[in-house]
Amino acid sequence: MAEATRIRTKAEEALANHFAALASDDAAAEIRNAAFDAFLEKGLPHRRVEDWKYTDLRALVRDVPAPAQPAAFDASRDALARADVFAPLAPARIVFVNGFFVPSLSDTKGIEGDVEFVSLNRFLADGGSFLSRSQLDASESPILALNGAFVRDGAALRIREDAKVARPLEIVSVFAGSEPGLQTMRHQVMVGKGAEVTILQTFSGPDGVAYHTNVVSEVQVEAQAVVRWIVAQEEGDCAIHLNLLVPRLADDVTFDPFTLASGSLVSRNEVRLSFDAEGSSASLRGATVAKGKQLIDNTLVVDHAVPNCASREQFNSAIDGEAHGVFQGKIIVRKHAQKTDGKMMSRALLLSEEAEFANKPELEIFADDVVCGHGATCGQIDEEMLFFLRSRGLDKREAERLLIQAFLSEVVAEIGDEAVAECLDERIRRALGAPASVTVGEAT
Amino acid sequence: MPAVQETIEQVKLLDVDKYKYGFITDVESDLAPKGLNEDIVRLISAKKGEPDWMLEWRLAAFRRWLTMEEPTWARVDYPKIDYQDLHYYAAPKLRATATSLDEIDPEILKTYAKLGIPLKEQEILAGIRKPDGGDVLEEAPGGEYASGRVAVDAVFDSVSVVTTFKKELAKAGVIFMPISEAIREYPDLVRKYLGTVVPASDNYFATLNSAVFSDGSFVYIPKGVRCPMELSTYFRINERNTGQFERTLVIADEGSYVSYLEGCTAPMRDENQLHAAVVELVALDDAEIKYSTVQNWYPGDPEGKGGVYNFVTKRGDCRGRNSKISWTQVETGSAITWKYPSCILRGDNSQGEFYSIAISNGRQQVDSGTKMIHLGKNTSSRIISKGIAAGRSDNTYRGLVSANRRASGARNFTQCDSLLIGDQCGAHTIPYIESKNASAVFEHEATTSKISDDQMFYCLQRGMSQEEAVALIVNGFVRDVLQKLPMEFMAETQRLIGISLEGSVG
Repeated sequence: MAEATRIRTKAEEALANHFAALASDDAAAEIRNAAFDAFLEKGLPHRRVEDWKYTDLRALVRDVPAPAQPAAFDASRDALARADVFAPLAPARIVFVNGFFVPSLSDTKGIEGDVEFVSLNRFLADGGSFLSRSQLDASESPILALNGAFVRDGAALRIREDAKVARPLEIVSVFAGSEPGLQTMRHQVMVGKGAEVTILQTFSGPDGVAYHTNVVSEVQVEAQAVVRWIVAQEEGDCAIHLNLLVPRLADDVTFDPFTLASGSLVSRNEVRLSFDAEGSSASLRGATVAKGKQLIDNTLVVDHAVPNCASREQFNSAIDGEAHGVFQGKIIVRKHAQKTDGKMMSRALLLSEEAEFANKPELEIFADDVVCGHGATCGQIDEEMLFFLRSRGLDKREAERLLIQAFLSEVVAEIGDEAVAECLDERIRRALGAPASVTVGEAT
Repeated sequence: MPAVQETIEQVKLLDVDKYKYGFITDVESDLAPKGLNEDIVRLISAKKGEPDWMLEWRLAAFRRWLTMEEPTWARVDYPKIDYQDLHYYAAPKLRATATSLDEIDPEILKTYAKLGIPLKEQEILAGIRKPDGGDVLEEAPGGEYASGRVAVDAVFDSVSVVTTFKKELAKAGVIFMPISEAIREYPDLVRKYLGTVVPASDNYFATLNSAVFSDGSFVYIPKGVRCPMELSTYFRINERNTGQFERTLVIADEGSYVSYLEGCTAPMRDENQLHAAVVELVALDDAEIKYSTVQNWYPGDPEGKGGVYNFVTKRGDCRGRNSKISWTQVETGSAITWKYPSCILRGDNSQGEFYSIAISNGRQQVDSGTKMIHLGKNTSSRIISKGIAAGRSDNTYRGLVSANRRASGARNFTQCDSLLIGDQCGAHTIPYIESKNASAVFEHEATTSKISDDQMFYCLQRGMSQEEAVALIVNGFVRDVLQKLPMEFMAETQRLIGISLEGSVG
């Protein structure tokens, strides 16, 4: 086969070497091998692979570091101190450092009655298996394939039926140390019937270290459950971040994922959501702040396989410097998915001469009784709005910052939880270079 | 909803098997042997009496084609085409360049008469026969054609059989003739522009076309001339197992204007026919080209048997400052339509437009859209696409809007709406929007829906019948685009939409 003889890139070679060096004695060895074979068959995705047209990993990923080792406690604690996006909410925390669960830094007090948690490591050791075997095929997703091959740990969570989890639950992933490493996590979350929960996911790491993060979260949401899934991605400025969220929704579920992406050199936030039963709704939203030479990619596949579901997709991106922003959103409405309601909007602000944005909102519709639409815009800050603020005495920089802030906050406000929104707004202000203490109100 | 159900039923009954242009004309043909090789390319070139440079160009394209692979990325599905099982040249046995209708096989004239194209009109025929035909039309009784005159180049299988109004056009300095003639008579002009918009190596089908194109139209509008009438080409595939590969080249020199119409039909045959044309438009400084297509190739029978594969490469180059190219297309025919009429907005302040109505029914497949490539400063483009899918068809809009780093002030507005009639069809929207310039402003919106219950209810409670209501709503749906069509095509288009979706348009 032509593919088999393809010359591997340096990064693919490194991955093969790292994989060969992994101990193959764990229970999941068979799955690992199958996953890595699936990866090798296609290699790193490149621009001729339609889903990766704008995020050419073959060109962007030069090298892949060896799997990271667990960090020392002090280093872990210091690294964790920076991952404080949601600190005001005082969430319960499940902490991973370099991809390994660290019980001594975690805190699940007060939610034990509602949430069952074991680390994936334990879960697998006790004979549990990956959910993915019945969900997504590794050959369809290079992120999943690599994850399957290299995963060591993660969170296996079960939210009990009808539990109303009062304290938000945060899954924190930090990278510690000055040597690059590859951290790979797999989270498996079951949300029981009628449960309500807010799950936060935070990523943080040091600038200047070319570490890699690969995380796959599989979420099974049972009937009538209400889930907010909030991601704050603040990886270090040399990091490669690959994140795949695979939710499956039963009937009458509300599932609202949000992604704030401001960190990493290259990041791909991919959501593949499928409606498995009727009456559910999902709102997928995100705010992106990119600068320097960053590439931030938000890719969604929303699969309406059954009738009477609604989805909203709304992503706003502010791209500065020489950064690239990518939005790819695909709404699929299958043959019998009548009464589907889907609306997708992607808006981008280009803030500098070199900034680039690629928008690909797709509709793929096989049912007739549907209302689906998408919109996409791309442009710069409205001169008239700028003029208005400047005529009120703001300098240009401050006026621009306010407008960008307002543009991004518009999506954040849609989350519908003020406390969470406030945490995210604060981080957006920081990412835009405003002093942390200055709020919009005070600036005017 | 009952109205829609009824519509579905009627569409089922009335759609593709009602193709009105499916007759076969019995004329003797001059056929090249089946198959494709360098000898065939040489044969075509020899038949056309082409100069050596043209033959070399064809051969280079052919050799290039041999190294290429057929693309498979589009959302269309068809059995593999056997390129060796086609005739690459078919000509009715007559002089290829008739100067008057007398010399044309009456069978062919009958064909065009059946198609209802303006050729059949006596006044216009007179216009050809008179040696000084120029002023005839002003004298023509009825006045009907005095304003809406159309010069027609009719292409039958591989050759252009007749071109009307040549003399009057010549008076204005407009060159309008079969491209095979232009290659002989204006080699410098053709050589300067041919392949500069769609290079011979552009894509699989364009490369094939470059090697074997048989005829097509050539238009040159000199500086500052506003073409005195609409120009039109009518394409007809007649012969069995032939591919039609025509090549159209339109050049609008500085400050000129031309409106060009293109229509196509083919007989009903069980096997598929390949149509792989290339259209190149060049607009120089301040020039404007308006290119309208009504494509009604045979769509195949209701089971999807037969029909034309319409794999066409159409591209316009706004080469000069302030130039403008506007594509308007009505796509109702073809088993498969796969084309993206595009604009390269190279000149500063240039404008591109794309207006499209694509109707698919039966088992038709459409993957069409446009590309607006903004290269110059302050360029603007506008895309309005209306897709209507019925029966078991698939209708895809695929489009690219891109702004180059230097394209400051680029502006695009895109609207693509899809209407689904019946639950067996699919409508898809795949836009690519790539901005590399901060001052570029791109807006895109797309909707997909069926005829809404609210709209229907509103119409019904005003006393309309369900049929009238559907007609009103569908007409409203495509109106933005219909209005962009030249008068000459309006009537035909409305009729075509009627045939394609009879039952819903009433």
